[in-house]
Amino acid sequence: MIIAVASGKGGTGKTTVAANLARVRGDVTLLDCDVEEPNVHLFISGEPQGEPEVVSLLVPEVDESRCDGCAACSNFCAFKALAVLDKRVLVFAEMCHGCGGCARVCPQDAIREVPKRMGVVETMGADGVTVVQGRLDVGVAMAPPLVRAVKAHIPKTGDAILDAPPGTSCPVVATLRETDFVVLVTEPTPFGLNDLKLAVEVVRELGLPFGVVVNRADSSDDRVATYCREASIPILAEIPDDRRVAEAYSRGELMVDALPEYRSLFEQLYTDIVRLLQNPLIAGVARASCPCFMGGTPMPRGALQGPHC
Amino acid sequence: MKIAFSTSGNDLNAPLDMRFGRAAKFLVYDTETQAFTLVDNTQNMSAAQGAGIQAAQNVAAAGAQAVVSGHCGPKAFRMLSTANIKVYTSNAATVAEALSQFQAGALTELTAANVDGHWA
Repeated sequence: MIIAVASGKGGTGKTTVAANLARVRGDVTLLDCDVEEPNVHLFISGEPQGEPEVVSLLVPEVDESRCDGCAACSNFCAFKALAVLDKRVLVFAEMCHGCGGCARVCPQDAIREVPKRMGVVETMGADGVTVVQGRLDVGVAMAPPLVRAVKAHIPKTGDAILDAPPGTSCPVVATLRETDFVVLVTEPTPFGLNDLKLAVEVVRELGLPFGVVVNRADSSDDRVATYCREASIPILAEIPDDRRVAEAYSRGELMVDALPEYRSLFEQLYTDIVRLLQNPLIAGVARASCPCFMGGTPMPRGALQGPHC
Repeated sequence: MKIAFSTSGNDLNAPLDMRFGRAAKFLVYDTETQAFTLVDNTQNMSAAQGAGIQAAQNVAAAGAQAVVSGHCGPKAFRMLSTANIKVYTSNAATVAEALSQFQAGALTELTAANVDGHWA
């Protein structure tokens, strides 16, 4: 089972939920997909396993002696990574997403793809939890290819937990694709609610079953709870607004290690996710048992009718 | 010569847009005929990335030899330099004011981008 922990708003507690869930679960791969600033390692460190894997993107290099300036490449590129002026091709490698289309459409065979380093993937092991994290190089702006390189380490069998980047943009979508369940972490504030709604739109578009964890929960603002009830979204857990949790966090300690009374909360969370994935009737949580997902292979939307379609 | 001004309006009294890549259009003024044409640039206003590159292609295709705008980022500057289009910055309120600054020789030519790119 692959569980992704995401949130629209930053700083809601994604890493807290992902790392504590991994700790109580044990025997799991925890993947830090927030490659712009990975922080899981602050809470679960461990011995490095092997050398960091260097990840590169294939970007175009133009052989000017063959190029006739026809602009087939720049017309093809959706990201303006190539431009043609006065029959000369300019390459903006930092815009390239590495699809390779330019090299294929070039009628002069003037483009070859060369690797451009974008970051590393590091693997660490600690007490049954394997931590895999991506780290984007300074100055590199595009995260999704590195997120995919991190996700290539999801084990074929066994469980994985993904700590997603904040927000609702491409790196988040790259993280959530092909996962089984999404935990959306939020907080009971107007910002938390606003960004939760954006995140819900993303996971619904992706057709993924999901539920909400409310962090720093107190009784002062019930708008997140009201929204979830009206939108038929299960609230899987509420982590109380407990000063001791913040203190443990500031020391780089896991909540379940520093405050063992919270172990049961995360154990129950895991159990509830498993239970939800077995229950197609719970609103918003239908993909896993929908006919279109039978056999584990997602079918095109609308190919078969089911609660997820 | 033809000079491209970034603008949100349709005539010489329209505001000079401080943005190059994401300006709604370019007013291309021909100093010989003293007439102007408008080049649409709206497809770049909501582009995810590469607005400066595409905008530079638009002004190059319009035959401009100079650009007057508020700012110019690194990728747009590289494009414009390659096309031998000179870039001038101005904080004039209107296109007409920027044009008279240009004709008075009061604008200095950029030798490099004067703002950072949005994508590193």
